[in-house]
Amino acid sequence: MIISIASGKGGTGKTTLAINLALSLEKNVQYLDCDVEEPNGHIFVKPTFDEKKSFGMPIPVVDFDKCDYCGKCGEICEYNAIVVIKQNVLVFPDLCHSCAGCWLVCPQKAISTKDKEVGQLELGNRNGIEFIHGKLNVGESLSPPLIRAVKEKMDPTKTVIIDSPPGTSCPVIEAIKESDFVVLVTEPTPFGFNDLKLAVEMVRKIGLNFGVIINRADVGNRDVHDYCTRENIPILMEINNDRKIAEAYSRGVPIVELYPEYRDKFLALYQDIERRVGA
Amino acid sequence: MKIAVTAKGGSLSAQTDERFGRCKYFVIVDSDTMGFTIIENPSFGAASGAGPAAAREISKHSVEVLLTGNVGVNAQQALDAVGVKVVTGIGGLTVKEAVENYLKQQ
Ligand code: SF4
Ligand code: SF4
Repeated sequence: MIISIASGKGGTGKTTLAINLALSLEKNVQYLDCDVEEPNGHIFVKPTFDEKKSFGMPIPVVDFDKCDYCGKCGEICEYNAIVVIKQNVLVFPDLCHSCAGCWLVCPQKAISTKDKEVGQLELGNRNGIEFIHGKLNVGESLSPPLIRAVKEKMDPTKTVIIDSPPGTSCPVIEAIKESDFVVLVTEPTPFGFNDLKLAVEMVRKIGLNFGVIINRADVGNRDVHDYCTRENIPILMEINNDRKIAEAYSRGVPIVELYPEYRDKFLALYQDIERRVGA
Repeated sequence: MKIAVTAKGGSLSAQTDERFGRCKYFVIVDSDTMGFTIIENPSFGAASGAGPAAAREISKHSVEVLLTGNVGVNAQQALDAVGVKVVTGIGGLTVKEAVENYLKQQ
């Protein structure tokens, strides 16, 4: 079963939920941190990494013995990442999206490719949890290919927990699209409510089964609760605001290690999700 | 010698624009005659790579010197490749003043 933990905005406790669920399940779990711009699940899961791979994307290399400066590569590039100026073809690796347009269009077959590293993939373990994350290099902005690379490591015989990037844009959809169930984490504040509505719209559009977890449920107002009732969205769990949880979080200590009794709550959450997926 | 100035409007008296890649116009002034041509910058609204594309545009007009405000790394590389000399520091001037200033300093 594939469960994604997502959130319309950052800072709602999405990662906290994902790691505590994974740690509660203990066995046969795979944790995929797809929040590749800011992966932080490893701080809590504390896996031992035993494999590190560079992740690269192809960029063009021009063979000037074959090039006749026709300009076609520059015309097709949406990003001005390859520009033909007089008797010169310039490539700007930081602008290239690796769309392959230039090397496919080149009439002289003058363009080959080389890989440019955009991030790394790290694979590790902690007890029964197989941990995989992608780390996008600073300054890179194109995360979906790296998210795909993380997901290629997915093992469907395990319970897969995906920590999605925050928001509702392409990288999120890339992370969650094959999930059996999506957990949307929110807060009962006006901002939280607004972002939740956008996230609900997104998962409904993709057609995924989903439910909501309300974090810091006792601060803010009842708008999120009322909305979920009105829209027939299950509220799977509510976690009250607790200074100790927040403090432990800042030291990299998950809730289930602070309050072992929470383990049962997360197991119940898992069983609830299992039932909803089965139904 | 042809001098390109990044500008907010299409005339000699227009305000200069400190952006290079996404300026609205290039006013290209011939320093020998003070005659000028106006080019709309095709990469004014470009989402990506405005600098290199703007460099390609001005290189079509045999420009030797560019007077502007800020030039990004990619744009600088493109301008170097075609041998355009970049001079910055045109803030607050009109196109005409920027050109006169530059010529005085030579
Ligand atoms: S399309 Fe090929 S031949 Fe034409 S300018 Fe680009 S690299 Fe050169
Ligand atoms: S691969 Fe695509 S984005 Fe990259 S330079 Fe070629 S055409 Fe442009």
